[in-house]
Amino acid sequence: MTVGNVFFAVASLVALFGAFMTIASRSPIRSAVGLLITIVGIAALFLMLNAQFLAAIQLIVYAGAVVVLFVFVIMLLGPDAGDGEGTVARARVARYGAGAFFLLLSAAAGHLVSRSGLTPNRFKIAPVTHGSVESIGTFLFGSAVIPFELTTALLIVAVVGAIAVARGKPHVRRQSKSASPTARMFHGPLMARDAQRPLPTKAERAAKAAGGM
Amino acid sequence: MSSLGYFIEHYVVLAGALFTLGSIGFLVRRNVLVQLMSIELMLNAVNLMLVAFNRQHMADQNGQVFAFFIIAVAAAEVAVGLAIVLAFYRLKSSVQSDEADQLRH
Repeated sequence: MTVGNVFFAVASLVALFGAFMTIASRSPIRSAVGLLITIVGIAALFLMLNAQFLAAIQLIVYAGAVVVLFVFVIMLLGPDAGDGEGTVARARVARYGAGAFFLLLSAAAGHLVSRSGLTPNRFKIAPVTHGSVESIGTFLFGSAVIPFELTTALLIVAVVGAIAVARGKPHVRRQSKSASPTARMFHGPLMARDAQRPLPTKAERAAKAAGGM
Repeated sequence: MSSLGYFIEHYVVLAGALFTLGSIGFLVRRNVLVQLMSIELMLNAVNLMLVAFNRQHMADQNGQVFAFFIIAVAAAEVAVGLAIVLAFYRLKSSVQSDEADQLRH
């Protein structure tokens, strides 16, 4: 056993544990934490595979942005982000049946791969430049410069689209100009429990603030 | 035993297990947020596979650059997907995927 063996074993077990936690836990915030654990495990495996730049990008983009975005949405939805109760029994059978079928399919694929009889060959010693920032950057700004620049267009379109979809229709927004910032942003009560509760008017808020002091 | 982690097969098996877990989560769960997280799991498994094969064939950096672009596309996909989840929640006050039955006749 060398350090590399232990590193691979620990990182892969961490990644598998996180993946299992993501799909099995009832609370979505625990699923998000499971996704974070998986991402950190895979970043460790990237280090093992001489992909230092990708390991850093994985931590910055996934752990720093994607998981935080998930957590924001879960916090915004509050208790409604969890699993609702009450489902059609036939739909549940279909869902679990599909899951079991896919598990069987993957097991069969793994069995066939293990029987393929190719001679495994050990990784060769990698040159120091493999996966370094310099070599990836040279590739990205050399032969892959057009897809790299197109990525910026993709990201700006995604940002504009996300804002447009999350804000909804503009004419509804114009009507509720006087409501609170939250109501303006979501043009309506975000939580179901707030549906019957009217938003306080400016005079009521002022009276409440005066009473609080 | 001292070969653990130095053969492509180990990474293929691990990525296959992660992809299977992600797809099972996508199929079995009906919470849209957890389904999106399962999609992220599958994308991560594919990234791991690409980087592992690039380690095996070290003539160029194509696999790692592919993984880089997949990460960029996944970030965009999550932003748009979560915006759609918010819009869906405003419509239905729920994030369960079987509530999305507007197109049912």
